[in-house]
Amino acid sequence: MSTDALKGKKLGGMNVKEDLFAKNKILYSMFEPRLEYAWDNGIAINTYLSGLKEGKILASVCTKCKRIMIPVRTFCELCWRPTDDTVEVTDTGTVQTFSIARINFDASRLKPGEKPTIPAVIAIDGASEKMGILHILDEVKQKDLKIGMRVKAVWKPAKERKGDITDIRYFKPIK
Amino acid sequence: MKPRRVAIIGAGITKFVRRAQETGKELAWQASKMALDSCGMEFDRIESVTMGTAPDAFDGVHMKGEYLSDGSGGKNKSYMRNFVGGGTGVFAPIHGYFHVASGMFDTCLVVTSEKMSCAYPHPQGAFLTIFDHTTEQALKPTLIWIFALEMNRYMTVNGITKRDIAAVSVQNKNNALDHPAAQVAEKLTVEDVLNSEELVWPVHRLDISPASDGACALVLASEHVARQYTDKPVFIDGAGWNLDTAYWATRDLLYPRYVEKAARIAYDMAGIRNPMKDIDLAEPYDPFNYKMLHHLEGLLLAPRGQAARLFKEGFYARDGGGIPACPSGGALGVGNPIAATGCMKVAELFWQLRGEAGKRQIKGNPRTGVAQAWGDLMQVGTVIVCRNY
Repeated sequence: MSTDALKGKKLGGMNVKEDLFAKNKILYSMFEPRLEYAWDNGIAINTYLSGLKEGKILASVCTKCKRIMIPVRTFCELCWRPTDDTVEVTDTGTVQTFSIARINFDASRLKPGEKPTIPAVIAIDGASEKMGILHILDEVKQKDLKIGMRVKAVWKPAKERKGDITDIRYFKPIK
Repeated sequence: MKPRRVAIIGAGITKFVRRAQETGKELAWQASKMALDSCGMEFDRIESVTMGTAPDAFDGVHMKGEYLSDGSGGKNKSYMRNFVGGGTGVFAPIHGYFHVASGMFDTCLVVTSEKMSCAYPHPQGAFLTIFDHTTEQALKPTLIWIFALEMNRYMTVNGITKRDIAAVSVQNKNNALDHPAAQVAEKLTVEDVLNSEELVWPVHRLDISPASDGACALVLASEHVARQYTDKPVFIDGAGWNLDTAYWATRDLLYPRYVEKAARIAYDMAGIRNPMKDIDLAEPYDPFNYKMLHHLEGLLLAPRGQAARLFKEGFYARDGGGIPACPSGGALGVGNPIAATGCMKVAELFWQLRGEAGKRQIKGNPRTGVAQAWGDLMQVGTVIVCRNY
């Protein structure tokens, strides 16, 4: 028969019910940070985004491991050496996996009638096998979603593109 | 130079709750004091302190390691915070292991504390900035998105069902009924899990561990000091960690190679040649139910793609004849105050290997246990092997 190291121990961790908290029955203070950042895109991603602005998906080549990598990078993280070249790949690919999001980034729920987002990992044709990016799918019925489906980028019109990952609005199935 | 043997001799824990009235410091103090009291060690005997805690953004307190130091007993001691995202909870005892194994210190207090409730109304929003700021954040991703992506790939390629995976939530939440610190222990059916709110298909509410506040602490000592305090030291015989690429979309989410690599380091140290035979119990990280199966494969405690089948056969049940997995109830049942969760898993090995796990005690005098945590951008594996002697 085993003993119980926790038996009879009074454990800390007093649970505060949400309504007590919300009604201010216990004391707390609030802080809403206003933090603003300006993130430099860096050398590699700048090249990548400039490509998107022109409606192209660019990739980096490492002649040592022979990988064609997206997004563009200045060094190969596997070989730990500079990449050798930047090449254009296609804007088509294969869905490696997908999900159907009924929540927003802060865990709040979609409003009634709001369309779920369909995030996917898409392996881009012309890049190394399984070399994917995170993006979203659209113009597809949920019942038709499947791993392995072929998709193509739907771009914003050239004059609306500003060098951003959202210059590709989404990927849609290739009929 | 050969590392010195390092023993765990005491453990302490708070309840895991959705919102603790205590601050993170107070939780750290409660767990640390309990750990010291459990082995009768005076605070003055502690020579070093290592603190594990997850992103500062949860608490809205920058340099949280410093903030938590006095509750963790760090004053006037060699104190350091460590952090590898969700992998922190098992990395903290590994970090403590270095302190003692190196010969620099005879004792180390390992403290983990997490206060996720501060991020209001929900900590999920605090995760947005872990994604690449240029190529991913613009798509407004959540962590649940990417776990859903991984679960779908794991499930579809291996040909297993949501029902197979839901059974993990049922088992862990049921195991947690016997854990005094548990937040979300419940008797559930597979239907309850499948019918719970769909958040990001294929992930439903009950597939996920909760957001939690809580703390857990361990006392580590060199062998000669350990023997002064206890006849039942539990030795850390293996430790390993590994990090995969942060370009997470460019690797196959099907299998956690980084967990396998971390496990192989720990198993080699511990002289484990055949994990499925040599290991008596496992505490894999289970923030999502599919992750327990995914991680059991990475820990080489199931052939690739076969964890769901073994689970169905009862191989990982607490009273089965296989390798009980998450006898504590895991993150799914006890709760998931990130860093404290992994440490709770190591504490569970400590209690199980000493025969002190009460109603949770597995049969057959277990000798060797493995605990594992996982985190960062789904790419870090931390693994520890413990043994009794």
